[in-house]
This record gives sequence, C-alpha cells and structure tokens, in this order.
Amino acid sequence: MSAAAGRVLRGLLALGFALALWQGAVVVSGVPPFILPGPLRVGESLWSNAAILAEHARFTAANLLTGLAAGVALGVATALNLALSPAARMLLRPILVFAQAVPVFALAPIITLWLGYGAPSKIVMVMLVIYFPVTSTFFDGLMRLPQPHDDMARLMRTTPLRRLMWLQVPHALPALASGLRLALVYAPFAVVIGEWVGSSRGLGYLMLMANGRGQTDLMFAALIVLAALSLALFVVFDTVLRRNGAGTGRGVPAVSGGS
Amino acid sequence: MTAPGLSLRGDLWLGEQALIRDLALDLPAGRWSCLLGPSGVGKSTLGRLVAGLPGPHRLDGGLRASDGAPLAGRVAMMAQDGQLLPWAGAERNVTIGARLRGQRPDRARARALLADVGLNGMARRRPGSLSGGERQRVALARTLIEECPVVVLDEPFSALDAATRLAMQDLAARLLQGRTVILITHDPLEAVRLADRAWILGTGGAEALELPGTAPPRSHAQAATLEMQASLLSRLQGMQPA
Repeated sequence: MSAAAGRVLRGLLALGFALALWQGAVVVSGVPPFILPGPLRVGESLWSNAAILAEHARFTAANLLTGLAAGVALGVATALNLALSPAARMLLRPILVFAQAVPVFALAPIITLWLGYGAPSKIVMVMLVIYFPVTSTFFDGLMRLPQPHDDMARLMRTTPLRRLMWLQVPHALPALASGLRLALVYAPFAVVIGEWVGSSRGLGYLMLMANGRGQTDLMFAALIVLAALSLALFVVFDTVLRRNGAGTGRGVPAVSGGS
Repeated sequence: MTAPGLSLRGDLWLGEQALIRDLALDLPAGRWSCLLGPSGVGKSTLGRLVAGLPGPHRLDGGLRASDGAPLAGRVAMMAQDGQLLPWAGAERNVTIGARLRGQRPDRARARALLADVGLNGMARRRPGSLSGGERQRVALARTLIEECPVVVLDEPFSALDAATRLAMQDLAARLLQGRTVILITHDPLEAVRLADRAWILGTGGAEALELPGTAPPRSHAQAATLEMQASLLSRLQGMQPA
C-alpha cells in the first residue's frame, strides 16, 4: 500500500470515528433533531436537497473565486506600486495601517446597502478582507532584499523598475504565497458574512433560510458543503503554490558576513 | 578595458568612530593589491568605499583613479557568499547584470565563461544544488562578464575548504589578469599567494608588507610563502583583541 493510500485510509478512519461519535451523542443524549440532527439525517438532507445545494454553492463559489482573483490582483498592484514609489509609500502606508485596524466584517451592512443584494457586494467583501494580508505580506517581501543583492543592483547600475522586476519580485514570491494562503482562509468567511447580511442566493443565505424554517438538517448540510468548498479551494491552491514555490526557498545561501 | 591604478589617502570613519587613520594606499594598475587584517578592522568597509557602495562610512581624504575618471560603473565586486540569486540557474545568475541594465543577455558568452571557471554543462543548475566552491565559480563568472577594470574581492574564498580555496585562488589569479584587483582577506596564505602588493591594516594605518620576490600566484609549498604566512599569522595573533 502506498503512503498516499495510507493517508487517505487514515483520514477516512478518523472521519468515520467522528461521525460515529456524533451519531452516538445524538442517540444517547436524546437531543431533538431540530437542535442537533444526527449525521444520518444530515446525509439524507444532503442527498434530497442536492440540486438546491449545488445551485447555491455555485453562486457562493463564483463570488468567492471572483473576489479572490480581484482582491489578489489589487493587493499585488498596490504592493508593487508602494515598493516602487516613495511618494506612494508616504501617502498610502498610513491609510493602509489605519484601514487594517477597521474590522472589515463590520462593513458588510454598508457594502450591502451600497451594492445591493446581488453578487457585487459579496465580491467586494472578499476583496476587502483579503486585500490587506496580500498587500502587506507581498510588500514586506519586496522591501526585504538582502544586502548582497542590493549591492549588486547598485554596482550593476540598474533602474528602480528593473530592480523590482529582476530582484525584488522573485525574492518576494514566497512572502506573497503566505499572503495568498491567508487570503484562502479568510475569503470563505467574507463571502458567507456578505450573504448573511443580505442576499437571496448562496450557501450563507440557504443556512439562514433553513434556520428560519426549522430545517436544521438542511442548515447542517449547507454548512458541510461550505466547509468542503473552502477545504477544496485551500488544498488546490496550496498544492499549486507548493509546486511553483518548490525551488524558490530551497538552498538560499547564507548572507555574507565579514568585517 | 585599461585598468587604472588607485590611490587612497586619508582617515576612514565609521559614523563617529575613526576606523583607520592616515591611510596611504597606492594600488598599482592591473595588479593584485591585498588588504590583510583582523576581523572588525574595517577591511570590508574599505572594499565598500572603493566600490562606491553606501554605508555609515566616510573617507576624510581622497580616492582617485590614475586616469582621473570617476570610478562609478567601473567596479565589480565579489563577496563571500549569498550573492547568487537562489531562484535562478547559473547562466541566469551570470547574465543578471545585463538584465538589470535592460540589455540583451549574452548567453553564449555566459556559457563560455561558465566553461572557463570549470562549470561546463551546469548552466541550468541553481545555487542550492551547487557546492560552495561551485557557487563561487558562478560568482566569479558573473564578475568576469561585467568587464569592469577594477574588481573588489571581499573574502571571496573564506567559506571554502582549504583545497578548494587553493584551486579557486589559482583560477581567479588567471582569469582576473590585467585588472586592478583589491583582495580583502584575513587569510595570510591567501594574501601571500596572490598579492603583488599587500598591506596589513590596523587602527594606526596600513603597513606595507615585504612579499617574496617571485610572481603571484605563488605556490603554497614554497618555503618563502610558508615562512611569510607563519610570520603574518603571528602578527595577526598579536593584533587580536584578547
């Protein structure tokens, strides 16, 4: 048996154990199903509501991905701009630091007020939430060029733009990758909060609606789909990042010392 | 490319602290000048000064090239380690200067230089998969492709094992012929093997050393080389701050 198959088997075993524990707790405690439905009930609900769940999941996933792409693009552009222009640093950095202190989730009602109940408000929520981690991790990476490379850039008489392109950006890619991982964790929160505050579609909306109608099993089913969606997103992107980042961090020689 | 000689006069300051007073160095054109000294005496600071790199140092005096032209843009530098781009292969590391200046990288020349330094067929290897000696060979090829008449070598071989260091010294002596080289080192053998002129640096100034009469690179097995290495070692030992 290969190592990967072993890992999958162990994962399934743990999952089975957790489900058994859950079902056991429901049976033993006698909690009514509208408070805590057992896994069998939730599974049934998943199966019978598959079409509805898929429809809402599609809406949520589309906004999640669009928001991620737009937020990352905006964050990367800001970081590059800040790295290149001292004037931009002077003007924008205090604003960024201040804006970072604002709890972005608390802006959800305002954003819904401005942009309505449709997709745009969800996309903007995701963008706002991931913009800061992406911008600040990438910018920090860009500004931390090791001294020997900075010396080299000077001796080779480069321009700020080429220095950025050939030295700073490649150096900052591992930092950007950690920013992207943060973004992948935050983005599902943002999209669901957007849907809770005001929406007529999406898994967050479905959870609220099911809750209101006392369909706790459907609420749990939506939650499971959402968790699966977030997990799949993270695993896929993390694998891509790992593949592409494989060579960047490896074998970085020590920074030179001397008198 | 005609290499100029350099003349350096004055006091070297690091912030508010005088590092070396009354420097009077005349570095002959197209030759190897070696600055030997204990750690912390300001050797690397002198190297940065010649290369025109920024720092808290200041020369109260003058640094001039014998041809009267400014030095900026005519100095290449090679340091101990950590100067190669970890994400780029050997050839891309060698051609980074052209990319940084917006010129088309001369890949054929880069490969020829890599072959010269003994890295034939390793153009795509990244620094992480090279040994310490191989990395310094790449750095040497990069220094060579820059075609700078003045080259500052700041402890270039200090991180290498003894045998590799000897081989690299011979290679550098051969390939950097005709350029004005400033070699900064704390290794007396390296100084004695490679220098046309050598100084030992202390806070009181630079003292010129009497080198063996033979031409560099001198064999490490020669009695004169070894004798001088031994006497320099004793002197450096005496200069160590307890």
